Amino acid sequence: MTSTSVKGAPVRAVGTKHVRVEGRDKVTGKARYAGEVPFAHLAHGWLVLSSAARGRIEAIETEPVLAMPGVLAVLHHGNALRLHTDFVGMLGTRPDPTCAVFQNDKVPHVGWPVALVVAETPEQAREAAEALVVHYEQQPHDVEFTGGDPNAYPVDGHMPAVTDKGDLESELAASAVVIDAEYTTPEEHHHPMEPHAATARWDDGRLELTDSNQGATWVVAELANLFSLDPESVRVRSEHVGGGFGSKGVRAHQVAAVMAATVLQRPVRVVLTRRQMFTLAGHRSPTIQRVRLGADPDGRLRALDHRALSRTSTVYDFVEPSAGVARVMYDADAHHTENQVVRLDVPSPTWMRAPGEAPGSFALEAALDELAEKCGVDPIALRLRNEPEKGPVSGLPFAGRNLRACFEEGARRFGWAERDPRPGVRRDGRWLLGTGTAGASFGAGAAPSTATITAQADGSFTVSIAAADIGTGARTALTLVAADALEVPTGRILVRLGDSAYGPAMIAGGSMGTRSWSWAVMAAAGELRERLVPGMEIPPQGITVRSDTTEAIAALARKERHSFGAQFAEVAVDTATGEVRVRRMLGIFAAGRIVNPLTAKGQFTGGMIWGISMALHEEARRDTVYGGPLGADLAGYHIATHADVPRIEADWVDDPDPEDPVGIKGIGEIGIVGAAAAVANAVWHATGVRHRSLPIRPDRVLTAVRLA
Amino acid sequence: MKEFTYQKAADVPGAVALLGADPDARFLAGGTNLVDLMKSGVERPARLVDVRELPLDRIETTADDGLRIGATVTNSDLAAHPEVRRRYPVLTQAVLAGASGQLRNMATVGGNLLQRTRCAYFTDLTKPCNKRDPGSGCPAIRGEHHNHAVLGASSHCVAVHPSDMAVALAALDGVVHYETADGPGEVPIGWLYLPVAETPHRETALPPGALITHLTLPPSPVAAHSRYRKVRERASYAFAIGSIAAALDVRDGVVHDARVAFGAVASRPWRARAAERILIGAQAVTETFGAAADAEMAAARPLAHNAYKVTLMRNLTVAVLGELAEEAGR
Amino acid sequence: MALPTSSVITLHINGEKFTLPVDHRTTLLDALRERLDLTGTKKGCDQGQCGACTVLVDGRRTVACLQFAVAAEGREVTTIEGVADGERLHPVQQAFLDLDGYQCGYCTPGQICSAIGALQEHAAGWPSAATDDLRPESGPPPLTAEEIRERMSGNLCRCAAYASIVDAVAQAAGTRAIQPAGTQADSEEQAA
Repeated sequence: MTSTSVKGAPVRAVGTKHVRVEGRDKVTGKARYAGEVPFAHLAHGWLVLSSAARGRIEAIETEPVLAMPGVLAVLHHGNALRLHTDFVGMLGTRPDPTCAVFQNDKVPHVGWPVALVVAETPEQAREAAEALVVHYEQQPHDVEFTGGDPNAYPVDGHMPAVTDKGDLESELAASAVVIDAEYTTPEEHHHPMEPHAATARWDDGRLELTDSNQGATWVVAELANLFSLDPESVRVRSEHVGGGFGSKGVRAHQVAAVMAATVLQRPVRVVLTRRQMFTLAGHRSPTIQRVRLGADPDGRLRALDHRALSRTSTVYDFVEPSAGVARVMYDADAHHTENQVVRLDVPSPTWMRAPGEAPGSFALEAALDELAEKCGVDPIALRLRNEPEKGPVSGLPFAGRNLRACFEEGARRFGWAERDPRPGVRRDGRWLLGTGTAGASFGAGAAPSTATITAQADGSFTVSIAAADIGTGARTALTLVAADALEVPTGRILVRLGDSAYGPAMIAGGSMGTRSWSWAVMAAAGELRERLVPGMEIPPQGITVRSDTTEAIAALARKERHSFGAQFAEVAVDTATGEVRVRRMLGIFAAGRIVNPLTAKGQFTGGMIWGISMALHEEARRDTVYGGPLGADLAGYHIATHADVPRIEADWVDDPDPEDPVGIKGIGEIGIVGAAAAVANAVWHATGVRHRSLPIRPDRVLTAVRLA
Repeated sequence: MKEFTYQKAADVPGAVALLGADPDARFLAGGTNLVDLMKSGVERPARLVDVRELPLDRIETTADDGLRIGATVTNSDLAAHPEVRRRYPVLTQAVLAGASGQLRNMATVGGNLLQRTRCAYFTDLTKPCNKRDPGSGCPAIRGEHHNHAVLGASSHCVAVHPSDMAVALAALDGVVHYETADGPGEVPIGWLYLPVAETPHRETALPPGALITHLTLPPSPVAAHSRYRKVRERASYAFAIGSIAAALDVRDGVVHDARVAFGAVASRPWRARAAERILIGAQAVTETFGAAADAEMAAARPLAHNAYKVTLMRNLTVAVLGELAEEAGR
Repeated sequence: MALPTSSVITLHINGEKFTLPVDHRTTLLDALRERLDLTGTKKGCDQGQCGACTVLVDGRRTVACLQFAVAAEGREVTTIEGVADGERLHPVQQAFLDLDGYQCGYCTPGQICSAIGALQEHAAGWPSAATDDLRPESGPPPLTAEEIRERMSGNLCRCAAYASIVDAVAQAAGTRAIQPAGTQADSEEQAA
């Protein structure tokens, strides 16, 4: 068959359920993740991390370790390759010095990488790494994160640190009802189920990295910069990625693997242990947030003040911009929002699913619930009363804002109208019952990407793009998008991704991946269709077109571009034991066109379950005396498991983005936004006690009841 | 993990002989705790003697109508056993409240009793711990201890014992039987775990090199009306922050017999004898249950961040005894 | 007496025999992944705290990270690569595929092996912490969502595909055919 049939396929793939195209490989164990690709003569590297919380390395006793069975090398600051760290990367950020390993003798926190031991087998590498004696000159450290720190300073991050509108104090003074409360969230960790893993090797002058990451283009650019290499000589592949959530960029293990492969001139694999992930994979900073709301008696906001403090390391400025969500969600005559950080002797935090919005929405949406209570206004009515016509701070128009529809549909399906607003009056055996709600928003953006599509002589099409499917279903979504764009059945589309060789593309991050990649696929498909005349002969090598969306995306007008959502939760609280169980949860979202309803449901409910987990379980503990993490494993750091997750539903209202070629906005993160607040608000409704600190642990419930 | 030799024992005397008096040798059964501790470096044995395939995997009724439970019976088989479910439901519930299905399929009864604390300082080699490294100090007392002991601890160690099963066995007056090179011995669960005092690294009364061969449970009519309730920071697959094993025999509104033990409050499963003394002979009412809990928790010495356990154990005692009394009244 | 710290062992995996020398420190999980190229069994925590390495040993679900390979000699190991019947997926696999019981897929082989084991345990009448009626004569408890959740709680999923995993396990349970290929067929009559 040599003729194309780009027309005549009637089925619209986008919007219909489609099982994952790689699903069979995942359920049979055939899908190989980064640490599972075999290489001949593979050596194994094991990172050695600092036990000191601050100071410098005095000496490393390498000799005894080099004499151990199978040990090939010990890399450390005394012998490591010098790296170039003075650059701004693809995402507009400078490299976190934590990943520029072994460049000096300074130790800025517990768990800092101080050496890499490389051996023939993983068992040998592990034992040798554990046997390596490192001497430190210890200096006093400080890991205590408290409010009112005089050393706090504003940091912009991916948004301005401070925004102002109107006269906040005057509006507060003129308000009939004022809420002034402090909310805290703990240190949280991503913990994708697949630990970070990378194998580096040199092949004929080219650096090849088999890696688990959220963006091959990104990793290539960072490695090329760090090692002063031509980006064209670096190739990064990551066919299957076992979750990321913001943690899988360039980290110490990839850099260490490249160094070792360079020194040994053989393939070297470095895999992080779960314990090492607590200090090397990034995390979400704890936050201390103060929210002040001033309102008229009917709940109309006159003043909205949200100040968020987060924590960063002493080597890298990263801000958890929790106050940002207030700039989008609610109107007020006066607005003040600011994000500040303090530097402590802790690992560098990083982006973690809905950075800023996740903790910020907990504080803001809990404060609104308190305002609703104080005003005697229904929590949904209160929120709808403060719906802005345009960006509350920016004054820019919204590119679609369907929050009202989410609340109305959610309220109907959740049975909100029958809710008795009084707290602490519903009981089922030993359980007090309550319901809560919260609003949600998350930025909807797109970033430049390139894609290649080849029309094959057999009528099939190969889409190649350096996208990453970290579990989002991107591979399947792009298959559906391409099928519609080319008007062929999905079975004739092969999407290849996870390879930097396919050209620059956006990362899987910021809820922008699928949208950005789809745009590039649409552009390439459009051009290809113009080139394919019905009945024409396709040459054996096929016909290939390539797209680049840089210009199209730059042409987008400045607007407030966001997804929105309404979260609902019902909880049961046993105040005798402090146990809290979520009984049901519903999220309704306005998040653009839904490409694959089957996988989209998982994205939304997955985020909502992160919200349950954030509300009730997750909390990394740190010992202040020794400065390091405590209980740094998955028995000490609790994430929600099956038994914690109730009947949970997610659905969406029609909300296509007219300025996107497919209508997509992005769905990866909005599910967590507001979810913890909905649970916390439901705990108040069940018990009459406000919990302003997460997680709502049994001991906190017990103590609060005793004090109440 | 350092290199080690591995031998499979053929029979009980052989296992005891293989281990000998070597302080660097360990018995390996289910491995769910030992292998983990070897990975973290807390345990660094030079020799492992595998006892999992020893013929100690049976549960039998004893001549006095109690139960004899082999040391290599898995937690799963123990929990599912018809006689255990029928006559000692608290034991089935306690076992099922622990770990996960996979771990219960691996873990053995003997190993469960000898598992080590999950105190985060104990399992982290970079931090001091008197239990792991005698004399190095106990950072938990002034550090992170919200899930540490409120009963029977000392200024040397405030770690709690992690087993759920052992709490039920403590309430049921279980007896541990073991074999040594000098012959067999036995010790009641109540005496198996040594007081913390100044030697938290000395955890059990078993002689060096002893191999647990089986447990016996005495016949216990009261155990037919028993229950285990566990509170934890996740709904499943998490260690307790407080638990109770209780059995109650109520006749005409009066407590005829009672067994109570607490978990996650001490370095050992805590048999609540003071509570039992209040209960037996008293009216089976909430006030009695509260007074019983108060009598037991009067000895509590909470730290800065675990005083909630005193409230929790009182509430758990009132709730669970109340449920058992209500069922008895039906 | 100098005893060896490594041994040549024979493992029985998915109905095949593999003879290999192992350092005694090698876990069953590392033997599968690093030595036998059976990488379907995943390493999520290496500490028995996530369930990603769940395999069936002598027909029962276990975690491969807390077993030394040398101690697994002579036991029948079934991994995710061995549960399908040739090209025909195991009903649990098929249900995970159909109902999207995963996202990133990394915990998936462990979830599937765990579900296979859990359904056998349920069919055999084993109670769980979610079971109210422990009396043995009551037989297997109704396989409610709550029962499935409790029985599957040893398998963490950070993508949090829990809702669809529970749906998949329930759907697979309805098919009765819960015996994996390659293990002894003693649960045919137990399948309630």
